[in-house]
Order: sequence, then structure tokens, then C-alpha cells
Amino acid sequence: MSIKLEHVTYLYGQGTVYEKYALKDINLEIKKGDFIGIAGHTGSGKSTLIQHLNGLEKATSGKITYDGQDIYAKDFDLDGLRMKVGLTFQYPEYQLFEATVFEDVCFGPKNQKLPKEEIERRAREALQLVGFPEELYEKSPFQLSGGQKRRVAIAGVLAMQPDYLILDEPAAGLDPIGRTEILEQIKKLHEEKGIAVILVSHSMEELAKYVDRMIVMNQGEKVFDDTPKKVFSHYKELEKIGLSAPAITYVMEELKQRGFPVRTDFLTIEEAKEEILKVLSRKSKEGNNA
Amino acid sequence: MSMIKIKDVIYEYLRKNELGEVEETVQAVDGVTIDIEKGEIVAILGHNGSGKSTLAKHLNGILKPTKGAIYIKEMDTKDEKYLLDIRQTTGMVFQNPDNQIIGTVVEEDVAFGPENLGIPTSEIWERVEKSLEAVHMTAYREHSPNKLSGGQKQRIAIAGVVAMEPECIVLDEPTAMLDPVGRKDVLDAVMELNEKKNITIILITHNMDEVVFADKVYVMDHGKVVLKGTPREIFSNVEVMKQYGLEVPVATELAYWLKKEGIDISTNILTKEELVEQLCQLN
Amino acid sequence: MLRDITIGQYYPSDSSLHRFDPRTKILGTMIFVLSLFLGKSMIAYGFATIFLVSAIKISKVPFSFIVKGLKPIFILLIFSVTINVLFTPGEPIFSWWIFTITKQGISLAFFLAIRLIYLILGSSLMTFTTTPTALTDGLERLFGFLKIIKVPVHEIAMMMAIALRFIPILTEELEKIMKAQAARGADFNRGTLKEKMQGLIPIMVPLFVSAIRRSNDLAMAMEARCYHGGDGRTKMKPLVYQKRDYIAYVILGIYLIVMIGVQIFL
Repeated sequence: MSIKLEHVTYLYGQGTVYEKYALKDINLEIKKGDFIGIAGHTGSGKSTLIQHLNGLEKATSGKITYDGQDIYAKDFDLDGLRMKVGLTFQYPEYQLFEATVFEDVCFGPKNQKLPKEEIERRAREALQLVGFPEELYEKSPFQLSGGQKRRVAIAGVLAMQPDYLILDEPAAGLDPIGRTEILEQIKKLHEEKGIAVILVSHSMEELAKYVDRMIVMNQGEKVFDDTPKKVFSHYKELEKIGLSAPAITYVMEELKQRGFPVRTDFLTIEEAKEEILKVLSRKSKEGNNA
Repeated sequence: MSMIKIKDVIYEYLRKNELGEVEETVQAVDGVTIDIEKGEIVAILGHNGSGKSTLAKHLNGILKPTKGAIYIKEMDTKDEKYLLDIRQTTGMVFQNPDNQIIGTVVEEDVAFGPENLGIPTSEIWERVEKSLEAVHMTAYREHSPNKLSGGQKQRIAIAGVVAMEPECIVLDEPTAMLDPVGRKDVLDAVMELNEKKNITIILITHNMDEVVFADKVYVMDHGKVVLKGTPREIFSNVEVMKQYGLEVPVATELAYWLKKEGIDISTNILTKEELVEQLCQLN
Repeated sequence: MLRDITIGQYYPSDSSLHRFDPRTKILGTMIFVLSLFLGKSMIAYGFATIFLVSAIKISKVPFSFIVKGLKPIFILLIFSVTINVLFTPGEPIFSWWIFTITKQGISLAFFLAIRLIYLILGSSLMTFTTTPTALTDGLERLFGFLKIIKVPVHEIAMMMAIALRFIPILTEELEKIMKAQAARGADFNRGTLKEKMQGLIPIMVPLFVSAIRRSNDLAMAMEARCYHGGDGRTKMKPLVYQKRDYIAYVILGIYLIVMIGVQIFL
């Protein structure tokens, strides 16, 4: 069970003066159950990349297979693929259109031509999955707060019961509470439902905290594909392409440079705290012994 | 004379239901008093719905207080005759870069403000030139704004305000829609304007990284100012900040956790250098 | 689909036609259009062709690019030519069932086609060589006299300018919304006409909501930048006639006189 990209290239504006490689020879495999992060500076090709995963964009050359089937084959069910590989764009609340929250979430399963009871069951389940309060189901989506709208939009994709969920900056524009809430919800989805999540984010802190594997794009090319820990150890290279490591990495690097014997490959404040405590207690023991 | 005087401002609006009936009266701003001096950098921090953006829209007369008053260089924002003077004195930059650019060419957009003020043509050219230089966007003066990145568009919007030669610029979540590179470029441009032209800066944000350089920070929650002080004073209240749904800089947070574990360290720090300094002294 | 429409687009280049004052180009286009309705003889159309072809040559806009602009009117063209050929009374050449093709019909259809094509070519040449801002400025100045009879000339020009600024933004947004709904399984090409119309709702509602949100934002941003209507407004780039504009007016005058002359004396 996987989505596999082989030598995928996408040439934007082919044959015009604006011709540019948006993707260049991408090789990638995403397995069911993965939690992957995609980072890259604006225009690095990450948006184009995710739109290839559910067939919204078609590669200029190269091959994409879903569970071994070529998605560009004539008899391949592209609509079916979009149900299996759910995608939300940045600011997904801008796609809401129905009179009520509940009806909007029904739009996806309705397009799947499911029976009415099944549509409603799925919509209800999806709204529960994103933690949306039941008393607001009949409200107009346009009356909700930013964070709630975002949940409804994500539920709209979840209602199709995808095996893969691609989210382009799901927390953009939200305040710290809103960000944490939405990301925790996504993490829960991944853990409880086993949905593979592909998270595009500008926040290195978020990627460090949530994903198991991190892909870094630059100028249409895949430059890193590894665990966040390994990727962030190349923070100097990341800086060259307009990215960085989580702020905590820099604190630890500074400590080390000042002769404080810590390891620096920590990505969260909790880990860093533990490491500093360990070093401090070791030191105080040494002090006592001396 | 204060640059801006916000005095006991209350702003109420009526929330209506689908049928247009009034459901309740909401106090978006609830008794705020703030004095801002010329040349200061002031940050107003708060989560979404805390009332910070509503307050910001009062500063150039887009909204008028229900109770209380706002004076821009002693001009009352409720007095219609000062409206243009007030808007020229306090320029405003909004969140969405696309929705505040009017011109189809960069330089023509920057000229929009001065044109409205009736500035003579030759002076408009000078101002456009200087304003674009101030935000380092001169190279793009003949470009279409549509082809620019978010950070570049936002700097054009700032140049458009600078061209009105304001004494104060209010920025309402100017970086919320930008990527980290764009964010940094915009903040750098704003800081530079403060430094070189002594323009008073009022930055509305929910991002703690952006307020570290402010002279004063006001934290808003439910329409009220709940904390005020220097960034250092504000962020040392790690627990209180979290309670209001806000973050603190990484170095401050790490110090806070270490202190909780019984390490003898002050949380009154902002930067990684300060944290490292303190930890090294523990040796 | 949307990218095919070239009418109203600006083609950046550095030709003398680009450098003319927009008022010259607007008036020039009006004179050209008027001349098309004056002349009904081959000689008149000969002059119009020379005029148009030289304007295109001077503009440095590739001919193929200009011709692309005819695509959207192609159906209209076929339709009106057919009607004219088939239903114009006169000297019959060929007759079948209820249709009679007449000499007059053919000549009428021919001139009609020429007129329509020249009209589109002439006016798109104006938009190819004039930036949207210059165009609205020109219109505002040319029709400024209508302010006397309370026509809100400045406001109309401002609306046009804003529309031109937001067309590309909304086009991009439309594409994004279509993709977002496609990701939710929407199919815009399948089904009956009724289903297709219903399929537009998930696209049009978000687009309208977004347009309204943007216009609210923009209104606020304009007010914040001291916009208060056209009174007391100055211009960064005020329109000033140059020597080349006067020369152009002389040429336009001669052209108009020739066309009138042809009409009267030939």
C-alpha cells in the first residue's frame, strides 16, 4: 500500500517564456500509515508536489503509481484516487459553500454517490473526528470562527474516508491555541485511524514535533528525505535555502559552543530540558567528587 | 504631547442572528487606556478574538469608540474634520497583502496615498522614490504587484503608507499570511523605518517572535489589557502568558521549565545568549 | 480556457504606439471604428486596411497574437455571415428550397465580416498597447465633461481600474477553488446541463464570498490611505500631450477626411 513517484518532472508554462521546472526528477514513496512533513521556501515546488499525489496536476514526465497501479493509465479511476488521497489547500475554509456545516461536509461523500444514510453517517463521523461541537452542525459555515471553519473544511475531506490526508499549511493564520488544537487533532487522526498524513508547513517547530519523516524541497528538487532529527542536523544547508532548524536547536548549539557539554540533536523543549538537567547533575556529581 | 492617547475606550457591536434580530451586545474593546509616545515601538499581543484588531482600527478613525476617546496628536478621531489629517498621521497596513494594493504597477500603487492628499506631481515622484528605497523595493517599481511574493507585496503596502509621510504606522497582523522569509523582510523594514525616520510603530500580532524588539508590549484578552510592560517583563510571566493562549520565546520557556525542576535560574530572559550566559554561570 | 481570451490584455513592448497618450489612442480607435461604418466601397476598405496594418506594424505586437483575439467572436462571425448570405433579398445567384443566395447577400456578408473583424482588431490593438491604468486615466479625462451632467466619471474610472487589478487575482482564486472542490470529488464536466449548472454552485458561492471579503478589505485600505473621491486628487502620471500625439491627430484627421471623401465622391 503506497503512493510511489518515479522520476516525476513537471514543467510549468511549457513552451512560453515563463517555462520553469516546478518539479525535477522526484523519486518518492509514501506508505500507508506514514506521517510525513514537507518543508520548502515559497515556490520550492511543494504545492505542485502535493497536487501530483492525488492527480490534480499531471506530471510532464515520470510515473506515479497508487498501490502499484499507474494513475496515468487510461482505465485508472482518477475520481476514486481523489477519494483515497484527500487534500486540503491553504486556507481551506475558502471552499465552504453550503448553507449549513453539516451539508458542506456531506459534499464529498455525496459526490461518491453513496446512500443517504451512509453520507450522513460519514459526515457525522468526520465532524466528530475533528472535534467539532454537535450543536453547531446546523449553523452556516460563514458564521464560524477561523479555527472552526478550518475544522469543517478538513472534515469535508475526511468524510470521504481517505487513506491519505494531505494538508497544505493547515494551521496558517491561526493563533497559537488554534494551531496546537488543529495539529493535535491531526495527530490523533493519524494515531487512531491510521490515516497517512502529509503535512506541509513553514514552521520547523511543528514539523519537528509531529512528523516521523521530513521531505525538504528546493527549486523543484527533493534535497532531503529523512527523519527530522537528521534533516535538522544540516541546519546550515537549510538556512541557505531559506529554511532553518527549530529555535531550540540554536539554543543547544550556542550552549555547546560556550563549552557546555550538551548534545545538540534535540528538537523539542522537553528533550532539551532533560539533556540540560542530565548534564547539570553529572557536573554537580563531578563537583562533589572533586 | 502623546503621539496617541487611547482613553477608556469601549467598543460595542450588536451580534445578530440569521433573522437579523439582535442576539447580544459584544464588547470587543472593553475599557482600554494606552498612551503612546513619538518614536516608540509598541506591540499589542493577543489571540484571535481578543479585540486587538478592533482596537487597531480605531487608531485611524475606521472605527469610532462607543465610549471613551482616542486622540492622535490631540486630534479627536470622532471629529470628522480631522479625519484626513488623522489618516495621514497614522498610516495603516493590513493582514492580506493582495487586498490593499490598488495600483496595477508597483510605483503607481505607492503613489495612491499622496495622490489622494493632493501632493504636486513632482513631489509624488520624489516620495515614491524614497518610500520604495526605504523598504528596499526600488528594483520592482515597474513590476506588476501580482508577480511579487507575499513579503514583497506587504513591503509595497508599507511603502504606500510611508509615501504619505506619516508619523506613526499601525500594522495589523502584517505577517500572518507570509512565510518565514517574507516575515523577516517585513519586520526588518518596519524596524528600519523606526530607526531611520523615527516613525512610531504599533504592531498588532499573536506571534511572540515579533514583539521581542518592542519598547512596550500590551497583552489583550477579552477586550481588556491584561498585561503591560517591556517584552522582558511580559514574557517572564510564562504561566500567565500560556493562560492567555500565547507563547513565549524558546529561551524564556526553557528557563521556565528548568526553574520548575529546581535549577537556580531567572526567567527574566529573552534571548538564547542570555540563557546560555546564565547556565554557564551555574558551573 | 480563460487564458485564451486576449481582448483587454496588455502586451508590453516599447513601440511608438505604446508611447502615445491614451486619449490619442482612444480617439484614434473611435475614428477608425466610425470610418468602418462610413465606407461601403472596396476603396474605403482598402484605406482602412492600410490604416490598420500600419498601426499593427508600428505597435510591434505579433500579428498572430492579435489574431488570437478573434477566437471568441468566431461563432458570432459565422452566424451573422450565414444569416446575411441566406436571407438578403436581391439578385439571385443560387436557390435551393427556401434559401436563396443573392449577390447583395454575399456582398453584405463580406462587408459585415470585414467590419466585425476590423472592429475587434482595432480595439484590441488599443488595449494591447495601453496599460489598464493609462486606459482608465484616458477615459476619465476624455469623458470628464460628463461630470457636468452628474455622470460619476471618476468613480467609474476607479471601478474599472480596480476591476482590472483584481481580475487576475480572482482568476487564480477560481482555479484554486475548482481544484479544492475537485479534490472533494466534484466533477464539472459530467452530467446533464442541469447537473452542470448545479455543479457551479460549489465554485460560485466561495468565489462571491471571497470577492465580497476582498472588496470590504480594499475599501478599508483605500480609506486608510486617505481616499475620498476624485476631488482634490493629483496624479503621479498626469496625461500631457506630446508632439507625437499632435502628429497622430493630424494623420487621423487626414484619414477621416479621405474616408469621408471616398464615401461622397466615389
